[in-house]
Amino acid sequence: MPGVMATAADGLSRAPLQDEGVRTIYEKSQPGRRAFVAPPIDVPVRPLDELLPARLRRIEPARLPEVSEPEIVRHYVRLSKRNFDLDSGFYPLGSCTMKHNPRLHERIAALPGNARLHPLQDPRRAQGALELMWRLQAALSEIAGLPHVSLHPSAGSHGELAGVLLTRAYHEDRGEERTRILTPDTAHGTNPATVAMAGYEVVKVGTNEYGGVDVEDLRAKADQRTACLMLTNPNTLGLFDPRIEEIAEIVHGVGATLYYDGANLNAIMGKSRPGDMGFDIVHFNLHKSFTQPHGGGGPGAGPIAVSSEIEPYLPRPQVVRRCAGADGQEPFFDLDDDRPRSIGRLRGFQGNYGVFVRSYAYILSLGADGLQSASETAVLNANYLMARLTEVAGDYLPPAYERTCMHEFVLSGGSMRRQLGIRTLDLAKRLLDFGFHPPTVYFPLLVDEALLIEPTETESKETLDAFAEAIASILREAGEDPEIARGAPYTTPVRRLDEASAAKRPVLRQPRATPLGA
Amino acid sequence: MTRYTAVTDSDLREMLATIGVGSVEELFADVPGGSRLKRPLDLPPGKSEQEVYEQLRALAARNVSSEDELSFLGAGMYDHYVPALVEAITTRSEFLTPYTPYQPEVSQGNLQAMFEYQTAICELTGLPVANASVYDGPSALASAGYLAKLHNGRSRFVVSRGVHPHAREALRTTSAGWGTTIDEIDLHNGLTDARALAEAMGDDVCAVFVAQPNFLGAVEDLDELVAPIKQSGAVAVVSCDPIALGILRTPGESGFDVAVGEGQPLGNRLDFGGPSFGFFAAREEYLRRMPGRIAGETRDADGRRGFVLTLQTREQHIRREKATHNICTAQALNALSAMLHLSWLGQQGLVELCELLVQRTAYAREQLAAIPGVTLVHQQPVVREFAIRVDAPVERVLERCAAEGVNPGYALNRDYPELGEGLLVAVTERRSRADIDRLAEVLSVAVAAERAPAEVA
Repeated sequence: MPGVMATAADGLSRAPLQDEGVRTIYEKSQPGRRAFVAPPIDVPVRPLDELLPARLRRIEPARLPEVSEPEIVRHYVRLSKRNFDLDSGFYPLGSCTMKHNPRLHERIAALPGNARLHPLQDPRRAQGALELMWRLQAALSEIAGLPHVSLHPSAGSHGELAGVLLTRAYHEDRGEERTRILTPDTAHGTNPATVAMAGYEVVKVGTNEYGGVDVEDLRAKADQRTACLMLTNPNTLGLFDPRIEEIAEIVHGVGATLYYDGANLNAIMGKSRPGDMGFDIVHFNLHKSFTQPHGGGGPGAGPIAVSSEIEPYLPRPQVVRRCAGADGQEPFFDLDDDRPRSIGRLRGFQGNYGVFVRSYAYILSLGADGLQSASETAVLNANYLMARLTEVAGDYLPPAYERTCMHEFVLSGGSMRRQLGIRTLDLAKRLLDFGFHPPTVYFPLLVDEALLIEPTETESKETLDAFAEAIASILREAGEDPEIARGAPYTTPVRRLDEASAAKRPVLRQPRATPLGA
Repeated sequence: MTRYTAVTDSDLREMLATIGVGSVEELFADVPGGSRLKRPLDLPPGKSEQEVYEQLRALAARNVSSEDELSFLGAGMYDHYVPALVEAITTRSEFLTPYTPYQPEVSQGNLQAMFEYQTAICELTGLPVANASVYDGPSALASAGYLAKLHNGRSRFVVSRGVHPHAREALRTTSAGWGTTIDEIDLHNGLTDARALAEAMGDDVCAVFVAQPNFLGAVEDLDELVAPIKQSGAVAVVSCDPIALGILRTPGESGFDVAVGEGQPLGNRLDFGGPSFGFFAAREEYLRRMPGRIAGETRDADGRRGFVLTLQTREQHIRREKATHNICTAQALNALSAMLHLSWLGQQGLVELCELLVQRTAYAREQLAAIPGVTLVHQQPVVREFAIRVDAPVERVLERCAAEGVNPGYALNRDYPELGEGLLVAVTERRSRADIDRLAEVLSVAVAAERAPAEVA
């Protein structure tokens, strides 16, 4: 490879876009330009002061851009070209399940009967939507192995919050006051953040030498004060905890609930069900295992599945089927708000329906066999990539745990740092020059210089091989000259950004002449 | 192999050999027996793309959307016209399919769009800082409660009944573990009862929540409401309609600390209630307790301008239990839709749109109020929504209108039984004078029919 500039990167060439792309839409604004033409005022016009007194009106208009339609389109198309995206390349971001997003789903979600359906439409005139939600609930219930599902929460962390609030309601209903929630030290950051937000104290549980829950530590910490153990299985190391049934027994033994963080569900669909493992509450990330596109940071949806003991407390409204086809009657799908023991709403209306449409389409497309095959292939791809990387890079980037992984795995960059003088961050940045999105880095926290790699089932063997080759090339290159990786990336729209000064002297919006919120 | 995977039989053999196992099943050896599913999932077999499309198209056809009837439904989500460029841009792979921008060097488009969006929200609300979005309006209001709780640690929330019922309930649900109580302030003549609000204040009040316009469509006098809140030292939160902010005095101008709201009216589809987004803006003193992602401007190693996610020490992936919120995935694509819509409307266009809404809504209000058996719930100024009362069972009136292909609005009797047979009517720019006249005609006939059932009998 001749020099640092020649790489496999495609679609990221910066030169022609550089000047235009960095000006904001506000900086392109010129007084008098516009795109919108208002419909005519076709009613008798009354003086504005009469309808809306001046003291209730804003003093000056909001300083929105003044740009023509062609300029808007060009501006945002150019911005789009400064993004890396899943449709353009491999995106092995651990714990994020960047699997293919079928375009069929966008077509169905955009049908007027879905996209232009008002959330307060009478249920009698929203039967298609409610039936879809009911069927999705049933499918998720089957996948989770738990009898009841609420589609209500907006994302995984929102599902976690719902789950912990359900736990609170469950214990309070039994006259129990519990104050602590256990989370493993490998947990996603959302777990402890959720615990704090729900008013509980976080108690950390250790990890054993095999990457599973330290069961003795759990036994020591689980007591009558414990409300819940929040667990991901397979965990964030990509390892299935073989002692899960024992863990469930300990947790239930002290009257606590067992919560399943569904971020890693993509490993086990149709193979193993959280309900069968002993979990009481499960959240799904429909934007991970069920193909809702991530959109650069949302939207997602975080439905929850629960046991019968937890069901009375589920958020409302709940989608229900009434008169289920008995006596030749048509089934009727309804929103049930009359749930006296419900924890209540956590958001508006009935959840992120547009996401439900996409996820239900996915479940219909794959069916029972397809979902199982998706998980099997995800696990196969992960183990294959781990094996390939061990072959070509094992001296510098050994797996953190020498075990069969599930849908993702963790490498430790400790040796690489010591022997080659480059850090995991440098490797990640250099991967950008090779046209790959880097894995998740520095997580889980307990692994030195961690790389968390999740290839997903939708990648081909060739892509996995190319990624392994890229890693090998970067390591070879670092052996000759570590400065190359330390200075990477070189071919991206911008190079490494000064995050420290961004936080120290925050510039969070377009400056203006007069201050806001004086 | 399914149609979204690529492993052929020969790939499989090679891959298993490389791994050093004989079968895929061996990879699942860690799953203990009791936790194994020993049967196929009880779901139908997979279907072709065409079959899935046909099946779900048939389901969608069973819904009566705003395309199929003349709808005046609002109450939190509105059938505004979304320009075609929103769909064209947001369905581009480069915006649709990336993850949260953890690698800023290859996420500049997304990050700059967030920066531009944050600017727009600051301009609309008159407040100096905004985040890159939260889930939706009601959860945004609950998040403002958490921010206030972290800020002053006080124990009581005071909430106007003019706040959307879903938002009031979301606050109640979310705050279950905070040791806080909630007092509600009634509406008087359609507005938050300012005297009752002042009397409810005290040094234990953590935050006060009002809505602009309120749920009944009335424009509140924020300046009047804010004075006693400021005096008590509570955090003043207002939930706003972002379109109405194009013409209304801003929360910043009125002295509010935090402005949140449902973002759907900006460039987002109805989607039966989601996904949309919530916006969140505040005074600078609250910046380090804000929830969610925030984009900021900086320079790269060559001195070029660029954007990053910043102030991440607030966030769960860094601070874990000490984070200011648990939010991770938010609503980036929906916020982009809002930014596109706002760019399309532009500075003058948003004002013109608001003036059109005010005029058409005034006309609609006048036409409906003239119907025998229809009265106004309040006479307060409104922007694009107002409340009426019908002298007949409102559900039956709605049913008669539905038979004529008209949906007059949202029945208020469940959330506001004290208003009697109330109805909330929303008028967007998609409803012309002729549409409003049609509504008046159909509603008039329906009310007349339901008012005098005895005569029919």
